Amino acid sequence: MSTSNVLYDHPGPRARIRNAVLSVVFGVGLVALLWWIYRKFDEAGQWEANLWKPFTEAKTWTQFIVPGLQQTLLAAGTGMVLSLAFGIVFAVGRLSDHRWIRVPSGAVVEFFRAVPLLLMIFFIFYGVPFLIQRPVSAFWSVVIGLTLYNGSVLTEAFRAGIRSIPGGQSEAAYAVGMRKAQVMRLILIPQAARAMLPVIVSQLVVLLKDTALGYIVAFPELLQRGVNDLAANYGNVVAAAMVVAAIYIVINTLLTLLANWLDGRARRRAFRVSKQAAPSSNQVGGPAVVEPQG
Amino acid sequence: MRIKRVAAVAAAATLALGMTACGGDDGDGSGSGSKGLVGKAQSQKKLVIGVKADQPGLGLQTGSTYEGFDVEIAKIIAKGLGVEAANIEWKTTVSANREPFIQQGTVDLVVATYTINDERKQKINFAGPYFIAGQDLLVKADSTLAGPEALDGKTVCSVTGSTPAKRIQQEHPKADLQQFDSYSKCLPLLENGKVDAVTTDDIILAGYAAQTQYVGKFKVVGKPFSSEPYGIGLKKDDKEGCEKVNEILKAAASDGTYKTAWDSTLGKSGKAAPELDTTKLTNCGSV
Amino acid sequence: MHVFADQANFDAYVSGFLWILKLTGAAAVLALLLGVLLAAFRVSPVPVLRGFGTAWVNIFRNTPLTLIIFFCYFGLFSTLGLSLADDLDLNNYWLGVVGLSVYTASFVCEAVRSGINTVPNGQAEAARAIGLTFFQTLRIVVLPQAGRAVVAPLGSVLIALCKNATIVGTIGLMESSSVMKDLINSNGDAVIAIFAVFAGTFAALLIPTGYFFGWLANRLAVKR
Repeated sequence: MSTSNVLYDHPGPRARIRNAVLSVVFGVGLVALLWWIYRKFDEAGQWEANLWKPFTEAKTWTQFIVPGLQQTLLAAGTGMVLSLAFGIVFAVGRLSDHRWIRVPSGAVVEFFRAVPLLLMIFFIFYGVPFLIQRPVSAFWSVVIGLTLYNGSVLTEAFRAGIRSIPGGQSEAAYAVGMRKAQVMRLILIPQAARAMLPVIVSQLVVLLKDTALGYIVAFPELLQRGVNDLAANYGNVVAAAMVVAAIYIVINTLLTLLANWLDGRARRRAFRVSKQAAPSSNQVGGPAVVEPQG
Repeated sequence: MRIKRVAAVAAAATLALGMTACGGDDGDGSGSGSKGLVGKAQSQKKLVIGVKADQPGLGLQTGSTYEGFDVEIAKIIAKGLGVEAANIEWKTTVSANREPFIQQGTVDLVVATYTINDERKQKINFAGPYFIAGQDLLVKADSTLAGPEALDGKTVCSVTGSTPAKRIQQEHPKADLQQFDSYSKCLPLLENGKVDAVTTDDIILAGYAAQTQYVGKFKVVGKPFSSEPYGIGLKKDDKEGCEKVNEILKAAASDGTYKTAWDSTLGKSGKAAPELDTTKLTNCGSV
Repeated sequence: MHVFADQANFDAYVSGFLWILKLTGAAAVLALLLGVLLAAFRVSPVPVLRGFGTAWVNIFRNTPLTLIIFFCYFGLFSTLGLSLADDLDLNNYWLGVVGLSVYTASFVCEAVRSGINTVPNGQAEAARAIGLTFFQTLRIVVLPQAGRAVVAPLGSVLIALCKNATIVGTIGLMESSSVMKDLINSNGDAVIAIFAVFAGTFAALLIPTGYFFGWLANRLAVKR
């Protein structure tokens, strides 16, 4: 059921009237609610010019928001690369024929999927220095935390992707004389990565949002710089949070659009694995891999 | 067979990469061969100093510069060590990363509302104190709340897990404690009456109360109920640097630069400069 | 382990996880109801409802949860004056539940929607051919099958929700991550033991949950 309009008939005259009435009632209700919220914020003085004026000044952007955004994107970018590497390595590990590789890989992945990222980042910053006898910077605490968690989720995505490829493909590859490593590298991983691309990109959106958890170790990302530090200067914490939220929404929407576009492109491609097996066609367990961590 | 070996090696490599990478940004930045703070100041003529970025009046990042009493104290010390104010590299620190920054060598000095206590002394060395703060309450200008005894049944706002928050929990368990990750979130709530008081060191509260946004709306109760000696943090083994900083503070107390630093920052709120009691300076870890 | 031998610390640990469980429980119910409703909006014939569903998903799914919880406190409570309980902790708890629910609902909505997409077109066409209305088609034919298909994704959403509950600590609720932070700050020598206990508790709660949903999904899978 790719299009939802099979669920209902093309609306006739009565349905059109009913839909119009529903639209109007719901629309009016929504507008009234938004108006009420606007009025309440107005009463509380949240629209006062002096709260919003800082955002018209260049230095608010150049000194607070842009540097914060840079750190957010840097941490997210590094985390994305590392978690993709982590995901591939552990997916291969979990599909290994050897118990002594398969079991530990599975345990690592299950553990990091179960521990909240907030705890993880905090532990890397305060606990790991005891283990390695040297301090860990806030940046690396965030990046390593993101990598371990999102990498584990991507492991499951890659695994589902590799499993979805029909067995005939690897059999054929073995038949032409490839070794196991070659089969994995040349046949299975490229196809799995393509098939799972939308899921992977969605997980990267999650990763980008998760950088906001860096506040717990005072990593100077967008939320820290744009809300806490900015509000310390101008006392406009609510206004600042609105602006920062809008920035996150724009960036993540762009990433989501990219995911959808890639999905659409992948669907048009001829290489598609059989329709039955393709994980992005939402078989049981298919879309399960994206996890909405904070 | 081989695939697993490759996978295992790759896994090990990834982990090793992660481990080396996380230590990647320490290393030279710190000592650069010369000995301690004094040596670095003499040879390089520059310093990295950690200050707060979000505390008006003490350490506040405004655009590209930092301003406040802590910042002025840091400038006095740098000058005493022969480093021009323009050659100071400021680094934002928060309560959670002050010790790591010093131990790691990310900063040479920390001047950031840094209370001297025994637990911290085990990790780093303290010069100073250059100021004695005390925990107090910030309330609305028209509030009649007279002190911590009157907090029962009232809501008081502070920073999660901070010493002031803990003290309220232990000594005034009947007060409702609302905690956030930064004081700047407490102030709007105090303004619209969702909390009755904000608590932390009096000097920090005075800084917030004097902000343009809030001027005239709040007052500090003025009955401090703890003693928080603010020190200057540096590396644990840098006794020489610590003693030098204390000498500079003594000089600043007698030649009036300490008072000037106060008057140009927190003194603007009308509060007279405190006396810097040079007899109370730390012994820099010597027994 | 001496840290947890102290009764006060042990109590804090227990109450931290009780908050997590209570947050997860209440938010799971609310998010499920809201998410299914939003999914119905998104496939409905009324454009305004579809637009509303889409906007909801795009806004809440793309904002960090930390900010959403922040807005629940500063928007709903502090500015709009919505007080959900007289007790301070309880009020923060319910504000946290609201934040977690609106955020998680957007993921539930997407999971349900993709579940609806697994039902072959022919079934809906057949349902309409015998004269079922939109709601009847959804209720009798599509949702029961979609429900089976979304068990696994919803399991993941539930697990993520439980972990996300730690973020409610930003508005001062002493849930387990805040308790852990507190214990670590005052017991610097036992960082690793403390982390092991907290992470271990989460793992003990969530790994079996994950396997349970995997098993359930296999059992309920629609054979096609």
